[in-house]
Amino acid sequence: MNINKIFHINLGRTLIYLVLISFAIIYLAPLYVMFSTSLKDIEEIRSGNLLALPNDPTLYAWGKAWSSACTGSECNGLAPFFWNSVKIVFPAVIISTIVGAFNGYVLSKWKFKGSELLFGALLFGCFIPFQVILLPMAILLSKLGLSNTVSGLVLVHVIYGVAFTTLFFRNYYVGIPTELVRAARLDGAGFIDIFRHIFLPLSTPIIVVTLIWQFTQIWNDFLFGVVYSGSGTQPITVALNNLVNTSIGGKEYNVDMAAAIIAALPTLIVYVFAGKYFVRGLTAGAVKG
Amino acid sequence: MFNFLERNLPKIIIAPTTLAMIVCMYGFILWTGLLSLTKSRMMPQWEFVGLEQYIRLFQNPRWHVALDNLLIFIVLFIVISLIIGLLLAIFLDQKIRAEGAIRTVYLYPMAISFIVTGTAWKWILNPGLGIEKIFRDMGFANFEFRWLVEQDMAIYTIVIAAVWQSSGFVMAMFLAGLRGVDDNLVKAAKIDGASTAKSYWYVILPIMRPVFFSAIVILTHIAIKSFDLVQALTGGGPGYASDLPANFMYTFAFNRAQMGLGAASAIIMLFGVLAVLIPYLYSELRERPA
Repeated sequence: MNINKIFHINLGRTLIYLVLISFAIIYLAPLYVMFSTSLKDIEEIRSGNLLALPNDPTLYAWGKAWSSACTGSECNGLAPFFWNSVKIVFPAVIISTIVGAFNGYVLSKWKFKGSELLFGALLFGCFIPFQVILLPMAILLSKLGLSNTVSGLVLVHVIYGVAFTTLFFRNYYVGIPTELVRAARLDGAGFIDIFRHIFLPLSTPIIVVTLIWQFTQIWNDFLFGVVYSGSGTQPITVALNNLVNTSIGGKEYNVDMAAAIIAALPTLIVYVFAGKYFVRGLTAGAVKG
Repeated sequence: MFNFLERNLPKIIIAPTTLAMIVCMYGFILWTGLLSLTKSRMMPQWEFVGLEQYIRLFQNPRWHVALDNLLIFIVLFIVISLIIGLLLAIFLDQKIRAEGAIRTVYLYPMAISFIVTGTAWKWILNPGLGIEKIFRDMGFANFEFRWLVEQDMAIYTIVIAAVWQSSGFVMAMFLAGLRGVDDNLVKAAKIDGASTAKSYWYVILPIMRPVFFSAIVILTHIAIKSFDLVQALTGGGPGYASDLPANFMYTFAFNRAQMGLGAASAIIMLFGVLAVLIPYLYSELRERPA
């Protein structure tokens, strides 16, 4: 009886581990396939199969993906577009985070008549399908002379990112006792002082969450990139898509895969080193939204 | 003067966001709504034609394909992601060794863009050199797996890639939910003689209702907005067999100079999102006393 029970439990646990490990393999498989394909030459890709390790690993595909693969009519690899993305992402992330921090501070601790309504209206912005603003935004950008520019894309990302950053900071600051603000005001501290000396020092976790969330969102954006960028200002996602769909000469799957990894690397690195904050951002942005 | 500034600083600080919100969200939605009532093609032109664009939209076979695809995609994507996510979360909640590492593996696809996911799966599903070849090399000489280029099956490749990308995230949501469940409830159920499976089914899952609800809303939202994945994985093809409404909108508004029609499709998408979102926000706001 007793032995039976132990056996039963062990069988159950073995099954659980088996399922968990199988799924881990499934989730990892595409990354493995991308990586091993990127190290093969095209001959080996045609003769071997997806799961085989490269016989004679070569960095040819990586070099080509980075500096000489064709992305449409030009053949300068992904490098210029990688830097375009960097130029778009950094200002957009920093500006939207700062704006979100102040907005969240106001909407949680300096409420005024109508501020709750304002917050609700802004929250809605996290959910609208962007298709509904694509056309008028294109016209606004051209009126401002920002069509096909990096600045234009920064502006778009800031405008539609602020809804999220505000939500993050507001929900975080709501948890800081309002008594702190009252006491500080009695001591004569003003709006800015209280923010700088009380809220800012407490904000590190939410700043990290927001920076990571915004970085991932904007680096991975394709829709705004494909609609609002021109031939010289495309972000890396758009360039990757062009590279994969350009077929001058034969199809080079190894180059496609190296390019895909290059495009994914920055956000993957952030995830590996700051996964905890990444998950927190996902659930905060999602569950509380 | 200084006093006035100091007193109104909160409003001044929030003013730019308010302005941007009114113009670039609500104003633009209104603008798109109006545009959908005109006969605009290359450029906006304000000659109103009533609901003509909507009639054209719903007479367009391509739009119906996109809607049918969205329905298939939403249902399968949500159901499969929920099942996998819940299963993995429950299993991971059994005091598993190396839980952190396993969780990291499940969740990393969420950090990757849909374009990269699409590129990777396009290669894995490649007819000829992808999964098909693995099985042929194993000796199944006639094995066929060419969903990517089959009219009726292409949409399911989108489901596969999307589930791969998002199910880990659903797992994380459920795991967070499970960790919030009071252990004593489970113990009490066990004392009453319930098996582990039964205590999950009758005690824990009902408590997790809000998590189900949030997960469904988020997945629906991802599904309706899915544009990148289709663009990268199938390009909407073969033909337009795997188009979703977002791709339809993009094609007609930006590539085919059919602004009015594109605007009309965008407005329908907005209503689709609202239909899911309003009940969600309503219940969220009701739960939290102001």
